[in-house]
Amino acid sequence: MKAFTNQNARTLDEAVALAQQALRDGRSVSFVGGGTDLLQLMKDKVVNRPGSGDPDVLVNLKTVEGLDEVTSSGQVVTIGGLTTLEALVEHPVIRDRLTVLAEAAESVATPQIRHTGTLAGNVVQRPWCWYYRNGFPCYKAGGNRCFSIAGENQLHAIFGGGPSYIVHPSDLAPALVALDATFRVVGPEGERTLSGPDFFVLPSQDAEHENVLADDEVLASVALPAPGDGVRSAYHKIMDREAWTHALVSAAVVLDMDGDVCREARIVLGGVAPVPWRVPGAEALLAGQRVTPELAREVGAAAVAGARPLSKNAYKIPLTRGVVERTVLALATSA
Amino acid sequence: MEGKPEDDGGDLTRRGFLGGTGAALVVAGVPTLGGVGVEEEGVSTQLLEAVPQTAIRVTVNGTEHRVEVEDRWTLNEFLRDHIGLTGSKIGCNRGECGACTVLLDGEPVYSCSTLAVWADGREIVTVEGLERGGDVSPLQQAFMDHNAAQCGFCTPGQLMTATALLDRIPQPTTGEVREAMVGNLCRCSNYNAIVEAVLAAAATSGSGGAQ
Ligand SMILES: Cc1cc2nc3c(=O)[nH]c(=O)nc-3n(C[C@@H](O)[C@@H](O)[C@H](O)COP(=O)(O)OP(=O)(O)OC[C@H]3O[C@@H](n4cnc5c(N)ncnc54)[C@H](O)[C@@H]3O)c2cc1C
Ligand code: FES
Ligand code: FES
Repeated sequence: MKAFTNQNARTLDEAVALAQQALRDGRSVSFVGGGTDLLQLMKDKVVNRPGSGDPDVLVNLKTVEGLDEVTSSGQVVTIGGLTTLEALVEHPVIRDRLTVLAEAAESVATPQIRHTGTLAGNVVQRPWCWYYRNGFPCYKAGGNRCFSIAGENQLHAIFGGGPSYIVHPSDLAPALVALDATFRVVGPEGERTLSGPDFFVLPSQDAEHENVLADDEVLASVALPAPGDGVRSAYHKIMDREAWTHALVSAAVVLDMDGDVCREARIVLGGVAPVPWRVPGAEALLAGQRVTPELAREVGAAAVAGARPLSKNAYKIPLTRGVVERTVLALATSA
Repeated sequence: MEGKPEDDGGDLTRRGFLGGTGAALVVAGVPTLGGVGVEEEGVSTQLLEAVPQTAIRVTVNGTEHRVEVEDRWTLNEFLRDHIGLTGSKIGCNRGECGACTVLLDGEPVYSCSTLAVWADGREIVTVEGLERGGDVSPLQQAFMDHNAAQCGFCTPGQLMTATALLDRIPQPTTGEVREAMVGNLCRCSNYNAIVEAVLAAAATSGSGGAQ
């Protein structure tokens, strides 16, 4: 790797100040959690920060005290951004009450990556589109085209694409949006708290970035409303092999059940759109209904309404329909 | 499909390498690598800045090291190239094979995908640290008994992941072994023998033998 400076931040404010200082000095900067994504980008010289090349300065967040803690107080579970994926898998409250998040974390890559990778790094990881990762000057690298449109688009978006057709790579993101998470962002002007739809951005709003974070802003933590007693959730991820790869398609499903009647549902898809993709039409079919195999099939069909496949990824439509149908039915009829 | 954009990696790597000697260097006439045919640039002079370094304290296989590391060294570069522990291997250098697996505070991690400077104050065990008083660990013995190494390139990584598993679950099921080991590829595809060896080690000792 090219020479760079690692700076250990002790506090969030210091992390932000270090990033600002680097930017003022005309040096490119990246925050880093586990580094499992960032170091690959740097080794490959992929442009992570459009306009500024790969980082001259890494601001290490692992040294920030208390940023890897999970606290549940009354109605809210707060998860520090530096919590490792393995810690999410093993945390009893997350396993029992926020199952979709534990299952999403467990579906990521391998034990080695889960011991190193963090929640914030997972949510903020750059796309794994093979054009972007191989140095093509696409929108994500600050260029002005998407090579997948006329190229190899098997793994690309069927919803929400244009002008870039990447899919959001994070397994945690659909689970967090399904759990109605808010994202706490700390920057030079203090902090702001954003809902999922406000945190993630479509390429039509900003083709270079997947979220609203500025170069000197840190994703500090996420907060999740503690689910009520009837709430069950699950994450179902389809891959082209059994492990160690991103989702072709995934579904994060949260059902609030009263006996066998569904009070409310949230369904968020992964692997199909440039942001975690919520399907309100499918959710609405479940509200106030008994979940039968027939209804689950209708919900699956509603989840793919409006899909616009590219030349080589129409297979994602039946795959998505099936994943939603099966996950909803299995969850509603469990326990 | 569009052609791949021109790669300037050769030049950077060479400069980075020269910079790695730590001193400010004057480089003259660096040839461009990776083009069609090597082209001699005119005599160019370039002053290189010193590469950022940090003093760390890290325990490796029970021995404490107080060393200056370059901030950009991966943990694997530190272990292999700077303290002579060549047991952990580089297969892919990008988190996709597992050959570089070492234990960091007892947990398996890819030493290619973390930095040496981040290991400050922490404890590392490599395959060299598994032996006890000149004897291989029960897990290593089981690997030999079950021919779990073919070419052997993946073996140090397999041993580290399995060691961590047996420390956590002394008597794992076959399913637990397979799940714990998904992050270690074997190019010789010797997976069945590897799983057998781990199960056999569990049956004989219930411990992989780390610390
Ligand atoms: C072989 C392989 C397979 C993978 N498979 C999967 C998979 O199946 N599913 C999946 O979801 N992921 C997968 N990943 C991506 C993996 O890197 C993430 O899952 C991991 O969680 C990233 O976390 P990290 O802490 O290592 O991120 P880092 O590498 O530290 O950071 C990633 C990005 O986020 C930024 N960043 C990090 N923390 C913050 C913060 N607090 N605030 C602002 N910006 C921040 C960094 O600047 C960088 O751009 C895979 C990676 C590899 C190498
Ligand atoms: S060399 Fe580290 S995972 Fe392959
Ligand atoms: S023994 Fe050859 S790669 Fe595993």
